[in-house]
Amino acid sequence: MTAEPSTAQELFDGVPYEPGAAKNDPILVADNVRRAFGGLVAVDVEHLEVQRGAITALIGPNGAGKTTFFNLLTNFDEPDTGDRLFEGNDLSGVSAYKVANLGMVRTFQLTKSLSKMTVIDNMRLGGTEQAGESFFRALMPFLWRRQEAEITERADALLERFKLSHMRNEFAGTLSGGQRKLLEMARALMVRPNMVMLDEPMAGVNPALKQSLLDHVKGLRDEGMTVLFVEHDMDMVQEISDWVVVMAEGKIIAEGPPESIASNQAVVDAYLGSHHGSALELEAD
Amino acid sequence: MDWGAIIQNSFRGFIGEPFIYFSLAAMGLNMHYGYTGLLNFGQAVFMAAGAYGLSMAVVTLGLNFWWGLLLGIVIFPLLLALIMGVPTLRLRADYLAIVTIAASEMFRIIARSPSLDRWTGSSDGLTAFANRFYDFNPFDKQKRYFFGLFIGNQMWVVLVGWIVLSIVVLIVWMTMRSPWGRVLRAIREDEDAARSLGKNAYWFKMQSLMIGGMFGALGGMFRAIGTQSAQPQNFITDVTFFAWVALILGGAAKVGGPIAGAAILYGILNFTDVLLRQLVENGYMPEAIMDGTQVGQVRFMMIGLGLILLAIYRPQGIFGTKEEMALDDR
Repeated sequence: MTAEPSTAQELFDGVPYEPGAAKNDPILVADNVRRAFGGLVAVDVEHLEVQRGAITALIGPNGAGKTTFFNLLTNFDEPDTGDRLFEGNDLSGVSAYKVANLGMVRTFQLTKSLSKMTVIDNMRLGGTEQAGESFFRALMPFLWRRQEAEITERADALLERFKLSHMRNEFAGTLSGGQRKLLEMARALMVRPNMVMLDEPMAGVNPALKQSLLDHVKGLRDEGMTVLFVEHDMDMVQEISDWVVVMAEGKIIAEGPPESIASNQAVVDAYLGSHHGSALELEAD
Repeated sequence: MDWGAIIQNSFRGFIGEPFIYFSLAAMGLNMHYGYTGLLNFGQAVFMAAGAYGLSMAVVTLGLNFWWGLLLGIVIFPLLLALIMGVPTLRLRADYLAIVTIAASEMFRIIARSPSLDRWTGSSDGLTAFANRFYDFNPFDKQKRYFFGLFIGNQMWVVLVGWIVLSIVVLIVWMTMRSPWGRVLRAIREDEDAARSLGKNAYWFKMQSLMIGGMFGALGGMFRAIGTQSAQPQNFITDVTFFAWVALILGGAAKVGGPIAGAAILYGILNFTDVLLRQLVENGYMPEAIMDGTQVGQVRFMMIGLGLILLAIYRPQGIFGTKEEMALDDR
């Protein structure tokens, strides 16, 4: 493990390493969030706070309810019961698109690059409060031309940063899997979010691109954004997260800095089964 | 063989009245399907809304022609889009398809019901509601115009039709180059992605349904004005699929696609119609293969064959780009 010292560790001063721990400055709070599909309770989270300005990882074994919980936090799914507060705004009954406009933008596990649109159009789409997005104003280009130029300039700067400039005018469908992940992240930044939610940002990315993706995620934090990500890749979790939240069977079973998680008994049990500690008795012939 | 008649008729199909009705309807479908990804299998009901909006306003309600235009082009299609869109646009694309096809049949069957004779004229429909339109006709009713293709009244309908069609093309062209059109295309590609970037996908889909519906209503209204009658039989399901054929033929998501498609469709229909008729009349066509009464069916078989060949060799339509189609396979 080559965990670099995280720069946001001091944000967690005095926070106990226990599930549902109160944070010093939470940006997102979930309370008694429960979602059942028929008889299966996918998510039943009593309390979770996400620290502002830090990178928080949400991990857990397969079927732990991570993605469902993620969808509930971003309002792409409604919980059966429970409240979610983002920057003090109650998210109950708020449409997913409004959540984005409040400053919380998500990406998807299966990358949603808009394949029959060019890379630059993908980026421009992310611009918020565009005057030209009204039908009648669309017919009067002089009303939105200047804003469009500003958005394009910002989009080009982001493409430069994410090393996608050479693909600017290509259809997004021609990008490789890793490039699509980069595009999706860059596009999310066009919204100027306070909080970026990444659903398995490393899935399907080749090792060569991984390091650059990791650096980009750290870059988001350095710019003052809060990041919450779901991930299977433990190397990534160890390397860039300031805080780790572990889910199993729909509940949060552990929280703490990455170093504390690997040795946490509840986590080890969740991943490997609770009987792994008992001695295996092999009968030697 | 009268080649003059064959050429004249083909050309008339290329630019004449049916070309205008179906271009407008297909422009609407292009807005729905080509740009937004909405599956509307009931464009005929929007066309009927235009036809009945005008005719009911004038004949049934006794309002003047201008109110009829407002009702037919704006109010009826908007209401229809709301009725069909509110319950379905939050759901998957298939639900809109089901609702639109059902609505178009329901409207037709209700409109021809004898109990509504006082309102819709039942199966005879409503007639003589567009006199005001022909009052403005600057052409001489007795004369033929445009290479002798159209008599005065037809010329007036076709001329206004071309102008309206040009305006619709301009609207589509401008909006599709704007951020508004960009959101529609994003929704076509992936609704959740658009939503995750703060776009109200539901409302944009509703706008698309409304505006494409209005284009369809314009098409239906021209059909009603051109024949001075609005009949349920003019808005059967086939009408919807003719518009779809025009769209697929020309190429979806291209501004000029529907127009090219409609022109080619009616050009070929007219061409084969006259050609086959002449072949039969002049004895070139053996009776064993076909007689004069079968011309109508045979030409549709030929169109069908043409579409199959198109689907195999040029699935993107005449004006579509192959590279764009291929992206789906990745």
